[in-house]
Amino acid sequence: MTTTAVRKDGPAAVTPPPTVGRHARNYISRVRGGDVGALPAVLGLIVLCTVFAVMRPSSFLSAGNFANLFTQGAAVTLIAMGLVFVLLLGEIDLSAGFASGVCAAVLANVVTVLGYPWWVAVLAAIATGLVIGTTLGMLVAKVGIPSFVVTLAGFLAFQGIVLLLVKEGTNISVRDNVLVAIANRNLSPALGWAFAILAVAGYAAVQLLRHRNRVARGLITDPIAVVALRIAGLAVILGTAVYVLNLERSRNVLISSLKGVPIVVPIIAVLLVVWTFVLQRTSYGRHIYAVGGNREAARRAGIGVDRIRISVFMICSSMAAVGGIVAASRANSVDPNTGGSNVLLYAVGAAVIGGTSLFGGKGRVLDAILGGAVVAVIENGMGLMGYSAGVKYVVTGVVLLLAASVDALSRRRAAATGTR
Amino acid sequence: MSATPLLELRGIDKSFGPVQVLRDVALTVHPGEVTALVGDNGAGKSTLVKCISGIYPTDAGEVLFNGEQVHIGSPRDAAALGIEVVYQDLALCDNLDIVQNMFLGREKHSGIVLDEPTMEQLAAETLAGLSIRTVTSLRQHVSSLSGGQRQTVAIAKAVLWNSKLVILDEPTAALGVAQTAQVLELVRRLADNGLAVVLISHNMNDVFAVSDRIAALYLGQMVAQVKTTDITHAQVVELITAGRSGGLGLATDPGGNGDGPQAADSISGGVR
Ligand SMILES: Nc1ncnc2c1ncn2[C@@H]1O[C@H](COP(=O)(O)OP(=O)(O)OP(=O)(O)O)[C@@H](O)[C@H]1O
Ligand SMILES: [Mg+2]
Repeated sequence: MTTTAVRKDGPAAVTPPPTVGRHARNYISRVRGGDVGALPAVLGLIVLCTVFAVMRPSSFLSAGNFANLFTQGAAVTLIAMGLVFVLLLGEIDLSAGFASGVCAAVLANVVTVLGYPWWVAVLAAIATGLVIGTTLGMLVAKVGIPSFVVTLAGFLAFQGIVLLLVKEGTNISVRDNVLVAIANRNLSPALGWAFAILAVAGYAAVQLLRHRNRVARGLITDPIAVVALRIAGLAVILGTAVYVLNLERSRNVLISSLKGVPIVVPIIAVLLVVWTFVLQRTSYGRHIYAVGGNREAARRAGIGVDRIRISVFMICSSMAAVGGIVAASRANSVDPNTGGSNVLLYAVGAAVIGGTSLFGGKGRVLDAILGGAVVAVIENGMGLMGYSAGVKYVVTGVVLLLAASVDALSRRRAAATGTR
Repeated sequence: MSATPLLELRGIDKSFGPVQVLRDVALTVHPGEVTALVGDNGAGKSTLVKCISGIYPTDAGEVLFNGEQVHIGSPRDAAALGIEVVYQDLALCDNLDIVQNMFLGREKHSGIVLDEPTMEQLAAETLAGLSIRTVTSLRQHVSSLSGGQRQTVAIAKAVLWNSKLVILDEPTAALGVAQTAQVLELVRRLADNGLAVVLISHNMNDVFAVSDRIAALYLGQMVAQVKTTDITHAQVVELITAGRSGGLGLATDPGGNGDGPQAADSISGGVR
């Protein structure tokens, strides 16, 4: 496929009419060539859900459990979304888990101990994340210490800071209504539908406008049928999710009603849209990919490599702060273990399982969400089947290793076949 | 051949600590011509290019661009003048596609949003203008291209910016016969389109195939700059390896460049 001349003279080249068949064949050849993208995560999710649905049909498939998946997985997913940026440069942030703990502890101190309003606490937590990220980024980019070492040191030190902030052995409760609502309350059913419709309409508008613009300029486009299929796919997924989440899931409706989309879901969705926009549609995002792909080439192209490297750590730690806020909200408190134990590994796992490469240059924010869903389903489903925490850790570890192998193997395959 | 050279270097010196890599180098480059820069390994060719492109500051000497004295302090200054360099090790990102690579660091926007359609159109126009027909899709990742195609993209990237001077550091070093011919043809076309081209190469066949002038560096000194038609293969090889050949070069300076006897002394004085 390499040396045939398709492009004729002139900019508005004569392009082969896009067909669904050609599109599908292109996709298959990309996957064969090692560009598997989100495929493993999606397949894994389907397999896992099928297994758990068969083994525990009543509990796993209930609307209540479906809602649980979101609130359980939210904190890890948010941290993973930030980690994607660091991974895109081929760096790592091992401190993201405890950074989220530190930020949560700051939040709890500001709102509970000092008695400030919730938004002051949220700003303080995110500012803490920014400071942490700037420090890590400076040490990596300006001093030149490998990120593995810098953030390993951070991992230890932040663990200590959490202990100091919450006074060993105790915890700080978080009772503020708004903060508690984030991970524990739901949108009203009507608002849930409005949100879903807005999301699909927005996506459709963006996709169709881009398609029209490219056709008008005579550029190669995806066939309109594929565009329509994508929009329809999103509509079906969101519609089903909102429908199920809007089902009554209270055990006793007379005492209290429990239904609607958990509030964390739109929070994650908005952050997904914002960060995806930044990565795919701005120069800054393009430069992140460039630095991750070939740092020297980026430098010669006049890109401020150090600035990019520092900024991704800032994004990562601030997203960790958001994850910490959600974790504090869900637990109604912050204790010395917030952001600890498996949080970091689950977050790295989520990003990698979703298809973000550990070698840099390849990944999307959406990967964190797909991978986060896989991690949440494993954790949730195995819990329902009565396995101990030990077994869950082992299984998650194996899944992470599988994902990393897929990453490494697809890279080798891409190198061998020349595609990516 | 035009009257004023596009680029003229005079008396360029460059040292890295105690090691003097360039001494009193003079070079003239004319628009519409390919100037081949030849010299042995370590002669200072890449260093000279990096001085011209603003990566290294020079210790002494002056640079005239279009007859006016200029100071090139950074790659940005060079780019602003219209000087583009295609480096020995390609400066392309494997994980980006052709369009993304061609516009890297100089993306087109509408508002804060990347203007992909415009970039894609401009890239297509540039490739068409160079009669490049070897890439199937502008949206394929650079990692999927052959060495010659990658070099082609790198060169196209250099001419995208209304550049006046394109410097190519060993563009064919890693290529096979067919792809070398392809790239040389492209180099020739750049000059025929009116650009000034500096081509660094170790391959005498390539040099004689495309160049209008040959400039020879020997241990950091410009020992000769002559028309390609006025010199033979053997003479160029002698210039490269010994710094002199008959009437050309160090010992018996014909007055072609001003650094005759003293330079010869300093050589016999035992550099290296
Ligand atoms: N950054 C540097 N620091 C110190 N010495 C350098 C540096 N860059 C180059 N040199 C020295 O300068 C001399 C010229 O190097 P340069 O790379 O310009 O040679 P070249 O003519 O391009 O050789 P080649 O044909 O092998 O590419 C060499 O002796 C090299 O060791
Ligand atoms: Mg060199």
